[in-house]
Amino acid sequence: MSFTPEELAALGLSLKVSLWATLLSLPLAVAMAWLLARREFAGKAVLSALVHLPLVLPPVVTGYLLLLGFGRQGWLGGALDSVGIVLAFRWTGAALAAAIMGFPLMVRAIRLGFEAVDPRLEEAAATLGAPRAQVFVTVTLPLIAPALLAGAVLGFAKAMGEFGATITFVANIPGETRTLPSAIYTYLQVPGGEAAALRLLSLSLVVAVGAVLASELLARRMAKRIGR
Amino acid sequence: MSLSLDITKSFPGFTLEAALQAGAGVTALFGPSGSGKTSVVNAVAGLLRPDAGRIALGDRVLFDGAAGRMVPPHRRRVGYVFQDSRLFPHMSVAGNLRYGARFAPEPPDPAQEARIVDLLGLGGLLDRRPRALSGGETQRVALGRAILSQPEMLLLDEPLAALDDRRKADILPYLEELRDGLGLSMLYVSHSLGEVARLADRIVVMAGGRVVLSGPVQEVLSDPAALPFVGVREAGAVLSARVLGHEADGLTRLGLDAGELLLPGVTAAPGSGLRIRVLASDVLISRGRPEGLSSRNILPAVVSGLYRGEGPGVAVQLALGRDRILARITARAAAELELAPGAEVFAILKATAVPRQSIGQGVGQGEPLSD
Repeated sequence: MSFTPEELAALGLSLKVSLWATLLSLPLAVAMAWLLARREFAGKAVLSALVHLPLVLPPVVTGYLLLLGFGRQGWLGGALDSVGIVLAFRWTGAALAAAIMGFPLMVRAIRLGFEAVDPRLEEAAATLGAPRAQVFVTVTLPLIAPALLAGAVLGFAKAMGEFGATITFVANIPGETRTLPSAIYTYLQVPGGEAAALRLLSLSLVVAVGAVLASELLARRMAKRIGR
Repeated sequence: MSLSLDITKSFPGFTLEAALQAGAGVTALFGPSGSGKTSVVNAVAGLLRPDAGRIALGDRVLFDGAAGRMVPPHRRRVGYVFQDSRLFPHMSVAGNLRYGARFAPEPPDPAQEARIVDLLGLGGLLDRRPRALSGGETQRVALGRAILSQPEMLLLDEPLAALDDRRKADILPYLEELRDGLGLSMLYVSHSLGEVARLADRIVVMAGGRVVLSGPVQEVLSDPAALPFVGVREAGAVLSARVLGHEADGLTRLGLDAGELLLPGVTAAPGSGLRIRVLASDVLISRGRPEGLSSRNILPAVVSGLYRGEGPGVAVQLALGRDRILARITARAAAELELAPGAEVFAILKATAVPRQSIGQGVGQGEPLSD
Protein backbone atom coordinates (compact mmCIF):
# COMPACT_ATOMS: atom_id res chain seq x y z
CA MET A 1 0.00 0.00 0.00
CA SER A 2 1.47 3.36 -0.96
CA PHE A 3 0.30 6.76 0.11
CA THR A 4 0.18 9.99 -1.79
CA PRO A 5 2.08 12.99 -0.37
CA GLU A 6 -1.28 14.56 0.38
CA GLU A 7 -2.36 11.61 2.47
CA LEU A 8 0.95 11.53 4.34
CA ALA A 9 0.62 15.26 4.97
CA ALA A 10 -2.77 14.64 6.58
CA LEU A 11 -1.26 11.95 8.81
CA GLY A 12 1.73 14.12 9.74
CA LEU A 13 -0.53 17.05 10.51
CA SER A 14 -2.82 14.91 12.67
CA LEU A 15 0.14 13.59 14.66
CA LYS A 16 1.58 17.07 15.10
CA VAL A 17 -1.77 18.58 16.15
CA SER A 18 -2.53 15.72 18.55
CA LEU A 19 0.91 15.68 20.17
CA TRP A 20 0.89 19.40 20.80
CA ALA A 21 -2.70 19.29 22.01
CA THR A 22 -1.83 16.50 24.45
CA LEU A 23 1.45 17.92 25.70
CA LEU A 24 0.13 21.43 26.27
CA SER A 25 -3.11 20.42 27.94
CA LEU A 26 -1.59 17.73 30.18
CA PRO A 27 -0.21 20.09 32.86
CA LEU A 28 -3.49 22.01 32.87
CA ALA A 29 -5.44 18.78 33.12
CA VAL A 30 -3.28 17.68 36.09
CA ALA A 31 -3.91 21.00 37.84
CA MET A 32 -7.64 20.84 37.12
CA ALA A 33 -7.89 17.20 38.20
CA TRP A 34 -6.03 18.00 41.44
CA LEU A 35 -8.35 20.94 42.10
CA LEU A 36 -11.45 18.84 41.54
CA ALA A 37 -10.17 15.78 43.45
CA ARG A 38 -8.51 17.43 46.44
CA ARG A 39 -10.00 20.85 47.07
CA GLU A 40 -13.36 22.09 48.25
CA PHE A 41 -14.31 25.56 47.09
CA ALA A 42 -17.34 27.60 46.08
CA GLY A 43 -18.26 27.04 42.45
CA LYS A 44 -16.58 23.64 42.22
CA ALA A 45 -19.68 22.11 40.63
CA VAL A 46 -19.84 24.92 38.07
CA LEU A 47 -16.16 24.52 37.22
CA SER A 48 -16.57 20.77 36.86
CA ALA A 49 -19.56 21.27 34.55
CA LEU A 50 -17.62 23.77 32.46
CA VAL A 51 -14.71 21.34 32.07
CA HIS A 52 -17.07 18.62 30.96
CA LEU A 53 -19.04 20.84 28.57
CA PRO A 54 -17.16 19.84 25.41
CA LEU A 55 -18.11 16.25 26.14
CA VAL A 56 -21.83 16.95 25.90
CA LEU A 57 -22.02 19.93 23.52
CA PRO A 58 -22.31 19.14 19.81
CA PRO A 59 -18.75 19.48 18.48
CA VAL A 60 -19.98 21.94 15.89
CA VAL A 61 -21.19 24.20 18.70
CA THR A 62 -17.82 23.98 20.45
CA GLY A 63 -16.10 24.79 17.15
CA TYR A 64 -18.39 27.74 16.55
CA LEU A 65 -17.81 29.04 20.10
CA LEU A 66 -14.07 28.76 19.46
CA LEU A 67 -14.49 30.72 16.27
CA LEU A 68 -16.44 33.41 18.13
CA GLY A 69 -13.78 33.57 20.83
CA PHE A 70 -10.55 32.97 18.97
CA GLY A 71 -11.38 34.15 15.46
CA ARG A 72 -9.48 37.22 14.30
CA GLN A 73 -12.44 39.39 15.28
CA GLY A 74 -13.15 37.31 18.38
CA TRP A 75 -12.82 38.84 21.83
CA LEU A 76 -9.72 36.75 22.63
CA GLY A 77 -8.51 36.21 19.07
CA GLY A 78 -8.09 39.97 18.54
CA ALA A 79 -5.84 40.28 21.55
CA LEU A 80 -3.79 37.22 20.55
CA ASP A 81 -3.54 38.56 17.00
CA SER A 82 -1.92 41.76 18.26
CA VAL A 83 0.88 39.71 19.89
CA GLY A 84 1.35 37.64 16.74
CA ILE A 85 -0.58 34.49 17.65
CA VAL A 86 -3.14 33.48 15.09
CA LEU A 87 -5.33 30.47 15.69
CA ALA A 88 -8.18 30.71 13.22
CA PHE A 89 -7.65 28.62 10.09
CA ARG A 90 -4.20 27.52 11.27
CA TRP A 91 -2.94 24.17 12.54
CA THR A 92 -2.45 25.81 15.94
CA GLY A 93 -6.20 26.36 16.03
CA ALA A 94 -6.72 22.69 15.22
CA ALA A 95 -4.49 21.86 18.17
CA LEU A 96 -6.54 24.16 20.43
CA ALA A 97 -9.80 22.56 19.28
CA ALA A 98 -8.35 19.07 19.81
CA ALA A 99 -7.04 20.03 23.24
CA ILE A 100 -10.38 21.40 24.36
CA MET A 101 -12.29 18.38 23.11
CA GLY A 102 -9.86 15.98 24.82
CA PHE A 103 -9.55 17.99 28.04
CA PRO A 104 -12.56 16.53 29.90
CA LEU A 105 -11.40 12.98 29.15
CA MET A 106 -7.93 13.73 30.45
CA VAL A 107 -9.23 15.42 33.59
CA ARG A 108 -11.55 12.52 34.34
CA ALA A 109 -8.80 9.91 34.07
CA ILE A 110 -6.26 11.89 36.09
CA ARG A 111 -8.82 12.85 38.72
CA LEU A 112 -9.52 9.17 39.32
CA GLY A 113 -5.78 8.72 39.77
CA PHE A 114 -5.64 11.46 42.42
CA GLU A 115 -8.60 9.97 44.22
CA ALA A 116 -6.87 6.57 44.33
CA VAL A 117 -3.74 7.97 46.01
CA ASP A 118 -3.85 7.35 49.75
CA PRO A 119 -3.50 10.78 51.36
CA ARG A 120 -1.98 9.04 54.37
CA LEU A 121 1.12 8.37 52.28
CA GLU A 122 1.38 12.10 51.63
CA GLU A 123 1.02 12.74 55.37
CA ALA A 124 3.80 10.26 56.03
CA ALA A 125 6.04 12.09 53.54
CA ALA A 126 5.30 15.37 55.32
CA THR A 127 6.26 13.94 58.71
CA LEU A 128 9.56 12.83 57.11
CA GLY A 129 10.29 16.47 56.34
CA ALA A 130 9.08 16.82 52.76
CA PRO A 131 7.58 20.23 51.89
CA ARG A 132 4.31 20.15 49.98
CA ALA A 133 5.79 20.57 46.51
CA GLN A 134 8.27 17.76 47.22
CA VAL A 135 5.49 15.50 48.46
CA PHE A 136 3.70 16.09 45.17
CA VAL A 137 6.76 15.39 43.04
CA THR A 138 8.15 12.42 44.97
CA VAL A 139 4.98 10.68 46.14
CA THR A 140 1.80 11.88 44.45
CA LEU A 141 3.03 12.14 40.86
CA PRO A 142 4.74 8.72 40.74
CA LEU A 143 1.63 7.14 42.20
CA ILE A 144 -0.70 8.73 39.63
CA ALA A 145 1.65 7.98 36.72
CA PRO A 146 -0.64 5.26 35.30
CA ALA A 147 -3.61 7.61 35.42
CA LEU A 148 -1.50 10.32 33.82
CA LEU A 149 -0.64 7.94 31.01
CA ALA A 150 -4.24 6.85 30.60
CA GLY A 151 -5.35 10.49 30.45
CA ALA A 152 -2.68 11.36 27.90
CA VAL A 153 -3.58 8.43 25.68
CA LEU A 154 -7.27 9.25 25.85
CA GLY A 155 -6.55 12.89 25.05
CA PHE A 156 -4.27 11.93 22.18
CA ALA A 157 -6.80 9.50 20.74
CA LYS A 158 -9.55 12.06 21.03
CA ALA A 159 -7.34 14.62 19.29
CA MET A 160 -6.53 12.21 16.47
CA GLY A 161 -10.21 11.64 15.90
CA GLU A 162 -11.46 15.21 16.41
CA PHE A 163 -13.47 16.40 13.46
CA GLY A 164 -16.55 18.55 14.16
CA ALA A 165 -15.05 21.31 16.25
CA THR A 166 -11.89 21.36 14.15
CA ILE A 167 -13.57 21.74 10.79
CA THR A 168 -15.90 24.40 12.18
CA PHE A 169 -13.12 26.42 13.78
CA VAL A 170 -10.21 26.07 11.35
CA ALA A 171 -11.94 24.69 8.22
CA ASN A 172 -10.31 22.09 5.99
CA ILE A 173 -7.21 23.59 4.37
CA PRO A 174 -4.84 21.06 2.79
CA GLY A 175 -1.46 21.05 4.51
CA GLU A 176 -2.63 23.45 7.24
CA THR A 177 -5.76 22.14 8.90
CA ARG A 178 -6.71 19.06 6.91
CA THR A 179 -6.21 16.36 9.55
CA LEU A 180 -6.88 12.65 8.98
CA PRO A 181 -10.61 12.81 9.74
CA SER A 182 -11.01 15.91 7.58
CA ALA A 183 -9.11 14.22 4.74
CA ILE A 184 -11.26 11.09 4.98
CA TYR A 185 -14.35 13.25 4.94
CA THR A 186 -13.03 15.15 1.91
CA TYR A 187 -12.21 12.02 -0.08
CA LEU A 188 -15.67 10.67 0.61
CA GLN A 189 -17.13 13.83 -0.93
CA VAL A 190 -15.32 13.42 -4.29
CA PRO A 191 -16.22 10.74 -6.83
CA GLY A 192 -13.62 7.93 -6.87
CA GLY A 193 -12.16 8.97 -3.54
CA GLU A 194 -13.18 5.77 -1.71
CA ALA A 195 -9.82 4.07 -2.21
CA ALA A 196 -7.93 7.01 -0.70
CA ALA A 197 -10.46 7.19 2.15
CA LEU A 198 -9.91 3.51 2.87
CA ARG A 199 -6.14 3.92 2.91
CA LEU A 200 -6.45 6.77 5.41
CA LEU A 201 -8.89 4.73 7.45
CA SER A 202 -6.31 1.95 7.73
CA LEU A 203 -3.72 4.51 8.79
CA SER A 204 -6.04 5.78 11.51
CA LEU A 205 -6.60 2.26 12.69
CA VAL A 206 -2.88 1.51 12.90
CA VAL A 207 -2.14 4.69 14.84
CA ALA A 208 -5.06 4.16 17.23
CA VAL A 209 -4.34 0.50 17.91
CA GLY A 210 -0.61 1.23 18.23
CA ALA A 211 -1.22 3.99 20.76
CA VAL A 212 -3.54 1.85 22.87
CA LEU A 213 -1.13 -1.11 22.83
CA ALA A 214 1.86 1.03 23.73
CA SER A 215 -0.01 2.63 26.60
CA GLU A 216 -1.15 -0.76 27.85
CA LEU A 217 2.44 -2.01 27.94
CA LEU A 218 3.66 1.14 29.64
CA ALA A 219 0.86 0.99 32.17
CA ARG A 220 1.85 -2.53 33.13
CA ARG A 221 5.44 -1.55 33.68
CA MET A 222 4.38 1.43 35.75
CA ALA A 223 2.02 -0.64 37.85
CA LYS A 224 4.91 -2.95 38.60
CA ARG A 225 7.10 -0.03 39.57
CA ILE A 226 4.64 1.43 42.02
CA GLY A 227 3.93 -1.94 43.52
CA ARG A 228 0.27 -2.40 42.69
CA MET B 1 14.27 16.50 73.92
CA SER B 2 11.20 17.09 76.02
CA LEU B 3 7.69 17.54 74.80
CA SER B 4 5.12 19.60 76.59
CA LEU B 5 1.58 19.61 75.38
CA ASP B 6 -1.64 21.17 76.59
CA ILE B 7 -4.37 21.21 73.98
CA THR B 8 -8.11 21.04 73.40
CA LYS B 9 -9.88 19.87 70.31
CA SER B 10 -13.58 19.27 69.75
CA PHE B 11 -14.81 16.48 67.56
CA PRO B 12 -18.47 15.63 66.99
CA GLY B 13 -19.44 13.83 70.19
CA PHE B 14 -15.96 13.87 71.68
CA THR B 15 -13.72 16.46 73.25
CA LEU B 16 -9.99 16.08 73.66
CA GLU B 17 -8.55 17.98 76.62
CA ALA B 18 -5.07 16.68 77.13
CA ALA B 19 -2.04 17.96 78.98
CA LEU B 20 1.14 15.94 79.25
CA GLN B 21 4.90 16.03 79.41
CA ALA B 22 7.23 13.56 77.79
CA GLY B 23 10.92 13.70 78.51
CA ALA B 24 13.88 11.51 77.72
CA GLY B 25 13.26 7.81 77.21
CA VAL B 26 9.97 6.18 76.33
CA THR B 27 6.68 7.71 77.41
CA ALA B 28 3.75 5.40 76.87
CA LEU B 29 0.39 6.87 75.95
CA PHE B 30 -1.98 4.27 77.22
CA GLY B 31 -5.75 4.00 77.06
CA PRO B 32 -8.65 2.23 75.42
CA SER B 33 -9.61 2.79 71.78
CA GLY B 34 -11.25 6.16 71.32
CA SER B 35 -9.58 7.73 74.34
CA GLY B 36 -7.77 10.28 72.17
CA LYS B 37 -4.26 8.81 72.04
CA THR B 38 -3.85 9.00 68.29
CA SER B 39 -5.30 12.52 68.23
CA VAL B 40 -2.62 13.62 70.68
CA VAL B 41 0.10 12.09 68.55
CA ASN B 42 -1.34 13.59 65.37
CA ALA B 43 -1.40 16.99 67.05
CA VAL B 44 2.29 16.62 67.91
CA ALA B 45 3.08 15.63 64.32
CA GLY B 46 1.07 18.54 62.92
CA LEU B 47 -1.47 16.33 61.18
CA LEU B 48 -4.23 17.59 63.48
CA ARG B 49 -4.77 21.22 64.35
CA PRO B 50 -5.97 21.70 67.94
CA ASP B 51 -8.65 24.28 68.67
CA ALA B 52 -6.53 25.85 71.37
CA GLY B 53 -3.51 25.25 73.54
CA ARG B 54 0.20 24.90 73.12
CA ILE B 55 2.69 22.26 72.01
CA ALA B 56 6.42 22.70 72.47
CA LEU B 57 9.31 20.40 71.69
CA GLY B 58 12.36 21.52 73.65
CA ASP B 59 12.38 25.29 73.15
CA ARG B 60 10.58 25.14 69.80
CA VAL B 61 6.90 26.06 69.89
CA LEU B 62 5.13 23.79 67.41
CA PHE B 63 1.64 25.06 68.08
CA ASP B 64 0.32 28.06 69.92
CA GLY B 65 -3.41 28.63 69.58
CA ALA B 66 -3.34 32.07 71.19
CA ALA B 67 -0.58 33.30 68.91
CA GLY B 68 -2.04 31.54 65.86
CA ARG B 69 1.20 29.62 65.38
CA MET B 70 1.08 26.25 63.63
CA VAL B 71 4.35 24.78 62.40
CA PRO B 72 3.60 22.58 59.36
CA PRO B 73 4.37 18.85 59.71
CA HIS B 74 7.47 18.90 57.51
CA ARG B 75 9.20 21.44 59.76
CA ARG B 76 8.42 19.77 63.08
CA ARG B 77 11.21 17.19 63.01
CA VAL B 78 9.22 14.47 64.69
CA GLY B 79 9.47 10.96 63.29
CA TYR B 80 6.15 9.16 63.04
CA VAL B 81 5.79 5.39 62.90
CA PHE B 82 2.21 4.73 61.88
CA GLN B 83 0.16 1.73 62.84
CA ASP B 84 -0.27 0.96 59.13
CA SER B 85 3.41 1.69 58.37
CA ARG B 86 2.63 3.77 55.22
CA LEU B 87 5.74 2.78 53.29
CA PHE B 88 5.97 4.30 49.82
CA PRO B 89 4.97 1.51 47.44
CA HIS B 90 6.90 2.97 44.49
CA MET B 91 10.23 2.96 46.29
CA SER B 92 12.51 0.16 47.41
CA VAL B 93 13.22 -0.38 51.09
CA ALA B 94 16.45 1.61 50.64
CA GLY B 95 14.50 4.41 48.95
CA ASN B 96 12.04 4.49 51.82
CA LEU B 97 14.83 4.54 54.39
CA ARG B 98 16.63 7.40 52.69
CA TYR B 99 13.53 9.44 51.94
CA GLY B 100 13.70 11.70 54.98
CA ALA B 101 17.46 12.25 54.81
CA ARG B 102 17.27 14.64 51.87
CA PHE B 103 15.07 17.02 53.85
CA ALA B 104 17.00 16.74 57.11
CA PRO B 105 19.10 19.71 58.22
CA GLU B 106 22.23 17.58 58.65
CA PRO B 107 23.69 15.73 55.66
CA PRO B 108 22.98 12.01 55.82
CA ASP B 109 25.48 10.07 57.89
CA PRO B 110 26.33 6.73 56.20
CA ALA B 111 27.59 5.34 59.50
CA GLN B 112 24.30 6.09 61.21
CA GLU B 113 22.39 4.60 58.29
CA ALA B 114 24.49 1.44 58.44
CA ARG B 115 23.95 1.28 62.18
CA ILE B 116 20.15 1.57 61.93
CA VAL B 117 20.01 -0.93 59.07
CA ASP B 118 22.05 -3.30 61.20
CA LEU B 119 20.11 -2.63 64.39
CA LEU B 120 16.79 -3.32 62.67
CA GLY B 121 18.08 -6.26 60.67
CA LEU B 122 17.24 -4.68 57.32
CA GLY B 123 20.45 -5.54 55.48
CA GLY B 124 18.91 -8.25 53.34
CA LEU B 125 15.80 -6.26 52.46
CA LEU B 126 17.22 -3.07 50.95
CA ASP B 127 16.39 -3.88 47.32
CA ARG B 128 12.90 -5.19 48.03
CA ARG B 129 9.65 -3.42 47.38
CA PRO B 130 7.36 -2.84 50.37
CA ARG B 131 4.72 -5.24 49.05
CA ALA B 132 7.29 -8.06 49.19
CA LEU B 133 7.80 -7.59 52.94
CA SER B 134 6.12 -9.36 55.82
CA GLY B 135 4.18 -7.36 58.40
CA GLY B 136 7.04 -7.38 60.88
CA GLU B 137 9.60 -6.38 58.25
CA THR B 138 7.31 -3.59 57.08
CA GLN B 139 7.17 -2.08 60.55
CA ARG B 140 10.92 -2.38 60.99
CA VAL B 141 11.44 -0.46 57.74
CA ALA B 142 8.92 2.15 58.90
CA LEU B 143 10.87 2.48 62.15
CA GLY B 144 14.16 2.88 60.30
CA ARG B 145 12.66 5.39 57.90
CA ALA B 146 11.39 7.56 60.75
CA ILE B 147 14.67 7.39 62.66
CA LEU B 148 16.81 8.22 59.61
CA SER B 149 14.86 11.43 59.03
CA GLN B 150 16.84 12.71 62.05
CA PRO B 151 13.85 13.53 64.24
CA GLU B 152 14.09 15.16 67.63
CA MET B 153 11.37 12.89 68.90
CA LEU B 154 9.85 9.65 67.70
CA LEU B 155 6.10 9.09 67.73
CA LEU B 156 4.93 5.50 67.57
CA ASP B 157 1.21 4.92 67.12
CA GLU B 158 0.59 1.31 68.09
CA PRO B 159 3.36 0.12 65.80
CA LEU B 160 2.73 -3.50 66.78
CA ALA B 161 -1.06 -3.51 66.70
CA ALA B 162 -1.32 -4.95 63.20
CA LEU B 163 1.04 -7.84 63.98
CA ASP B 164 0.32 -11.23 65.47
CA ASP B 165 1.85 -12.20 68.80
CA ARG B 166 4.87 -13.90 67.30
CA ARG B 167 5.76 -10.94 65.12
CA LYS B 168 5.25 -8.66 68.11
CA ALA B 169 7.69 -10.75 70.09
CA ASP B 170 10.12 -10.45 67.15
CA ILE B 171 9.98 -6.66 67.07
CA LEU B 172 9.96 -5.84 70.78
CA PRO B 173 13.69 -6.52 71.16
CA TYR B 174 14.40 -4.10 68.30
CA LEU B 175 12.39 -1.43 70.08
CA GLU B 176 14.32 -2.10 73.27
CA GLU B 177 17.59 -1.76 71.34
CA LEU B 178 16.45 1.56 69.90
CA ARG B 179 15.38 2.81 73.31
CA ASP B 180 18.71 1.92 74.89
CA GLY B 181 20.96 2.67 71.94
CA LEU B 182 19.73 5.94 70.46
CA GLY B 183 18.78 8.12 73.38
CA LEU B 184 15.84 9.36 71.33
CA SER B 185 12.70 10.49 73.16
CA MET B 186 9.76 8.38 72.17
CA LEU B 187 6.04 8.80 72.61
CA TYR B 188 4.64 5.31 72.33
CA VAL B 189 0.90 4.82 71.89
CA SER B 190 -0.33 1.46 73.03
CA HIS B 191 -3.27 -0.28 74.54
CA SER B 192 -1.17 -3.28 75.49
CA LEU B 193 0.09 -3.17 79.05
CA GLY B 194 2.60 -5.87 78.20
CA GLU B 195 4.30 -3.56 75.70
CA VAL B 196 4.08 -0.58 78.03
CA ALA B 197 5.56 -2.55 80.92
CA ARG B 198 8.40 -3.73 78.76
CA LEU B 199 9.32 -0.54 76.97
CA ALA B 200 8.18 2.56 78.78
CA ASP B 201 9.83 4.66 81.44
CA ARG B 202 6.81 6.83 82.01
CA ILE B 203 3.16 6.25 81.33
CA VAL B 204 0.36 8.67 80.56
CA VAL B 205 -3.05 7.06 80.95
CA MET B 206 -5.88 8.53 78.88
CA ALA B 207 -9.61 7.96 79.12
CA GLY B 208 -12.42 9.82 77.38
CA GLY B 209 -10.13 12.42 75.87
CA ARG B 210 -8.41 13.33 79.13
CA VAL B 211 -5.21 12.38 80.89
CA VAL B 212 -6.29 10.56 84.04
CA LEU B 213 -2.93 9.39 85.42
CA SER B 214 0.71 9.87 84.62
CA GLY B 215 4.05 9.09 86.16
CA PRO B 216 6.85 6.53 86.17
CA VAL B 217 5.61 3.18 84.90
CA GLN B 218 6.46 1.32 88.10
CA GLU B 219 4.56 3.81 90.24
CA VAL B 220 1.47 4.06 88.06
CA LEU B 221 1.11 0.36 87.37
CA SER B 222 1.42 -0.53 91.05
CA ASP B 223 -1.11 2.12 92.04
CA PRO B 224 -4.46 0.48 92.89
CA ALA B 225 -6.20 3.66 91.72
CA ALA B 226 -5.03 2.88 88.20
CA LEU B 227 -6.97 -0.35 88.15
CA PRO B 228 -10.20 0.98 86.65
CA PHE B 229 -8.23 2.46 83.76
CA VAL B 230 -5.88 -0.39 82.97
CA GLY B 231 -8.47 -3.12 83.42
CA VAL B 232 -8.66 -5.71 86.15
CA ARG B 233 -7.37 -8.58 84.07
CA GLU B 234 -4.43 -6.68 82.66
CA ALA B 235 -3.44 -4.97 85.89
CA GLY B 236 -0.02 -5.82 87.18
CA ALA B 237 3.04 -4.16 88.60
CA VAL B 238 6.38 -3.81 86.86
CA LEU B 239 9.50 -4.64 88.83
CA SER B 240 13.12 -4.27 87.95
CA ALA B 241 15.11 -7.29 88.88
CA ARG B 242 18.71 -8.41 88.58
CA VAL B 243 19.70 -11.84 87.29
CA LEU B 244 21.55 -13.59 90.10
CA GLY B 245 22.18 -16.90 88.44
CA HIS B 246 20.77 -19.78 86.43
CA GLU B 247 19.95 -23.01 88.26
CA ALA B 248 20.58 -26.48 86.89
CA ASP B 249 16.86 -27.20 86.59
CA GLY B 250 16.25 -24.32 84.17
CA LEU B 251 15.03 -21.81 86.71
CA THR B 252 16.68 -18.45 87.15
CA ARG B 253 17.20 -16.65 90.44
CA LEU B 254 16.22 -13.00 90.24
CA GLY B 255 17.06 -10.47 92.90
CA LEU B 256 14.46 -7.93 93.95
CA ASP B 257 14.81 -5.19 96.52
CA ALA B 258 13.47 -7.45 99.25
CA GLY B 259 14.04 -11.04 98.27
CA GLU B 260 14.50 -13.42 95.40
CA LEU B 261 12.26 -14.96 92.75
CA LEU B 262 12.70 -18.21 90.85
CA LEU B 263 11.46 -17.94 87.28
CA PRO B 264 11.72 -20.16 84.23
CA GLY B 265 12.56 -19.02 80.73
CA VAL B 266 15.02 -16.22 81.51
CA THR B 267 18.00 -16.13 79.17
CA ALA B 268 19.64 -12.87 80.25
CA ALA B 269 23.19 -13.14 81.57
CA PRO B 270 23.82 -13.13 85.33
CA GLY B 271 24.36 -9.57 86.52
CA SER B 272 22.11 -8.01 83.90
CA GLY B 273 18.97 -6.13 84.80
CA LEU B 274 15.53 -6.90 83.51
CA ARG B 275 11.94 -5.97 83.95
CA ILE B 276 9.29 -8.36 85.04
CA ARG B 277 5.59 -7.83 85.11
CA VAL B 278 3.59 -9.46 87.87
CA LEU B 279 -0.13 -9.69 87.10
CA ALA B 280 -2.37 -8.74 90.02
CA SER B 281 -4.58 -11.74 89.43
CA ASP B 282 -1.61 -14.08 89.90
CA VAL B 283 -0.58 -12.89 93.35
CA LEU B 284 -1.95 -14.57 96.46
CA ILE B 285 -1.81 -13.16 99.97
CA SER B 286 -1.25 -15.17 103.14
CA ARG B 287 -1.29 -13.90 106.71
CA GLY B 288 1.27 -16.47 107.90
CA ARG B 289 4.19 -17.99 106.05
CA PRO B 290 2.56 -20.77 104.03
CA GLU B 291 3.82 -24.32 104.51
CA GLY B 292 3.82 -27.11 101.97
CA LEU B 293 2.91 -24.88 99.04
CA SER B 294 4.14 -25.63 95.55
CA SER B 295 5.15 -22.04 94.82
CA ARG B 296 8.80 -21.20 95.38
CA ASN B 297 8.15 -17.49 95.26
CA ILE B 298 6.97 -16.44 98.69
CA LEU B 299 8.04 -12.99 99.83
CA PRO B 300 7.31 -11.10 103.03
CA ALA B 301 5.34 -7.95 102.30
CA VAL B 302 3.51 -5.10 103.96
CA VAL B 303 0.06 -3.95 102.81
CA SER B 304 0.54 -0.40 101.59
CA GLY B 305 -2.87 0.32 100.10
CA LEU B 306 -6.30 -1.05 99.30
CA TYR B 307 -8.60 -0.12 96.51
CA ARG B 308 -12.20 -1.18 96.46
CA GLY B 309 -13.89 -0.79 93.09
CA GLU B 310 -17.29 -1.89 91.91
CA GLY B 311 -17.94 -5.61 92.22
CA PRO B 312 -16.61 -8.11 94.73
CA GLY B 313 -12.91 -7.52 94.11
CA VAL B 314 -10.31 -5.56 96.02
CA ALA B 315 -6.91 -4.49 94.75
CA VAL B 316 -4.23 -4.67 97.40
CA GLN B 317 -0.93 -2.89 97.02
CA LEU B 318 1.93 -4.71 98.70
CA ALA B 319 5.31 -3.24 99.54
CA LEU B 320 8.24 -5.60 98.99
CA GLY B 321 10.98 -3.35 100.28
CA ARG B 322 10.99 -0.49 97.81
CA ASP B 323 9.09 -2.49 95.18
CA ARG B 324 5.33 -2.35 94.95
CA ILE B 325 3.12 -5.06 93.51
CA LEU B 326 -0.62 -5.46 93.21
CA ALA B 327 -2.74 -8.40 94.28
CA ARG B 328 -6.31 -8.83 93.27
CA ILE B 329 -8.40 -10.70 95.82
CA THR B 330 -12.04 -10.76 96.86
CA ALA B 331 -13.43 -8.26 99.31
CA ARG B 332 -14.50 -11.17 101.51
CA ALA B 333 -10.91 -12.45 101.70
CA ALA B 334 -9.65 -8.97 102.49
CA ALA B 335 -12.13 -8.70 105.36
CA GLU B 336 -11.38 -12.16 106.79
CA LEU B 337 -7.62 -11.58 106.65
CA GLU B 338 -8.18 -8.17 108.23
CA LEU B 339 -6.03 -6.55 105.57
CA ALA B 340 -5.34 -2.88 106.20
CA PRO B 341 -2.40 -0.63 105.45
CA GLY B 342 0.50 -1.70 107.61
CA ALA B 343 -0.56 -5.35 107.91
CA GLU B 344 2.32 -7.80 107.56
CA VAL B 345 1.63 -10.59 105.07
CA PHE B 346 3.30 -12.95 102.61
CA ALA B 347 2.93 -12.49 98.87
CA ILE B 348 2.84 -15.71 96.86
CA LEU B 349 3.71 -15.55 93.17
CA LYS B 350 3.37 -18.51 90.92
CA ALA B 351 6.45 -18.92 88.75
CA THR B 352 4.18 -18.89 85.72
CA ALA B 353 2.60 -15.68 86.94
CA VAL B 354 5.20 -13.82 84.95
CA PRO B 355 4.33 -14.18 81.29
CA ARG B 356 7.32 -14.61 79.02
CA GLN B 357 6.57 -11.67 76.82
CA SER B 358 6.52 -9.41 79.86
CA ILE B 359 10.13 -10.16 80.64
CA GLY B 360 12.04 -7.36 79.04
CA GLN B 361 15.50 -5.94 79.18
CA GLY B 362 16.04 -3.34 81.84
CA VAL B 363 16.64 0.28 81.01
CA GLY B 364 20.31 1.15 80.85
CA GLN B 365 21.52 -2.20 82.17
CA GLY B 366 19.36 -2.36 85.20
CA GLU B 367 19.27 1.16 86.48
CA PRO B 368 16.19 2.05 88.48
CA LEU B 369 13.24 2.81 86.26
CA SER B 370 11.86 5.75 88.15
CA ASP B 371 13.33 9.13 87.44
